[in-house]
Amino acid sequence: MKTMTQPVPVTSKVSPFLLAIILITLLLSLVSIYLGLNQYLVGDSGNGSFYVSMGAVTLALSAYMLFQTRKRMLRLVSMEMQPLSTTLQCQKCGLKDVREFQRGDFVFKQTDRPCPKDNEKMMISAIYREVKEKEKAKEEGNR
Amino acid sequence: MQTLPLTLQGIFPTGDNVIGWIFQLIFLGLFVFLMFYNQRVQMMIWVREIEGSLFKLKLMRDEARKTAINNIKELGKLEGDPTVQVDRFLEYFAISPVDLDPSGVIWRLEHLLDVRDLRFKDDVKLMAPQADETQINNLENMLEATLALNIIYKIIRHFYLLGKKTLSMYVIMQVQMILPLIMREAEAYASAQKAFTLGQPIGDGAGALVAAKLMHSYEKTKVEKDVVVAQVPIEGRTAYVLKAEGPGGNVGKPGEAIKQILEQNEGQISMAIVIDAGMKLEGEKTGEVAEGIGVAIGGPEVDKYKVEETVLRHKVPVNAIIIKEDVGDAVSPMRKEIVDAIDGVIERVKRLILERTKTGDSVIIAGIGNTIGIGQ
Repeated sequence: MKTMTQPVPVTSKVSPFLLAIILITLLLSLVSIYLGLNQYLVGDSGNGSFYVSMGAVTLALSAYMLFQTRKRMLRLVSMEMQPLSTTLQCQKCGLKDVREFQRGDFVFKQTDRPCPKDNEKMMISAIYREVKEKEKAKEEGNR
Repeated sequence: MQTLPLTLQGIFPTGDNVIGWIFQLIFLGLFVFLMFYNQRVQMMIWVREIEGSLFKLKLMRDEARKTAINNIKELGKLEGDPTVQVDRFLEYFAISPVDLDPSGVIWRLEHLLDVRDLRFKDDVKLMAPQADETQINNLENMLEATLALNIIYKIIRHFYLLGKKTLSMYVIMQVQMILPLIMREAEAYASAQKAFTLGQPIGDGAGALVAAKLMHSYEKTKVEKDVVVAQVPIEGRTAYVLKAEGPGGNVGKPGEAIKQILEQNEGQISMAIVIDAGMKLEGEKTGEVAEGIGVAIGGPEVDKYKVEETVLRHKVPVNAIIIKEDVGDAVSPMRKEIVDAIDGVIERVKRLILERTKTGDSVIIAGIGNTIGIGQ
């Protein structure tokens, strides 16, 4: 169908505009380091240290920006699937067992799996996903 | 003393220092450029941001479409390729009724929603003739999530292209500003689509899960469209517990079911308790439970209207219990925090019944929400 196959005016590449800014910053940082070294050579160590440190910081920041751009692109193309757990419970003794979710599972489904204690067929009592502590902390960060 | 060819003084315009003058000119040029084109530069940055999000939206839409086609092929066992039918489904639209004259708008809206629902179901049956009722419901929900992703993608693409075509900063700016919220919603739909594909319970089904726990092991009868009711004795009272029929993806018509129960009992109901998933505010915990009054039913408000009208006629107090979660949690696989909150909700229901009704009274307990992956 036309709407589905239409080319999309978006690119997966890093923005050339951003890349240009990063490259200019990189260039300026190198100039700053060069000027700093020059100051050292003429014996002005005060100005030399200032320009070298300024250049080093700018160099580090632009390298970080470049790294972040790449990381962002990788994040864009990968959408992870969260694992789901199914809790099986024995109706008689209440024994619980947790396993990975399988297609066809639903809450209150009677499974064929026998209870290891009394051989009674176990029932699905819950299906859930657990959010990683890191994500949870991020979510509740502003509390 | 040895020095490098370019000195610090070299970049300042002094005397016949050519490099210094070049730097000065570059600086002046930049100053003039930014004076006239700073908005254009800002717009370019925004356009790039929108492009990135649009790329992600396209990925989500295409992935969802592919999953939908594969799933229909797998479950429906249709001879031939369902791609054309799926693509046609993804372009469906519904026109809302005229609200210039609000009289009777609810009934007109209900009719349109019924027609839409019937049409969707019929189309899914044609696409997947071998699928059973539960699978049909799940496939329909899955296609609806894909349809939502397609609409979001196309609307953002429309404004992106319009903004670029007209070079309107205000069109671009509005899209860029609302984009984080739209992306959250799109990610939620992408997650929902996966859950519907596999028949996993979603956060919106929290209310249905409470009702399912209460009615489990009691006899159920089917009342209004896709709604089941069980008479459950709770603390010496008779509770009419209702939910949409699971485990297929379904929200049913709880409003019509509550209306029927009230009319069958000639209004002799002491209290109605409506349980649903509620929107949490940022900073609140997922799975927090709150009580209030009113009809906690979301969606197009037809059911909410019906309940409000009937309880008003019979003067029945309506209490609401909500389980808090955000929009992402509501349509993605149910979180453990929500499952853990269910027993607390049941305790609250029992306390409410004990505090506000007498022994021998009848109450209605309605578990609202999509019952995908939840039996009864």
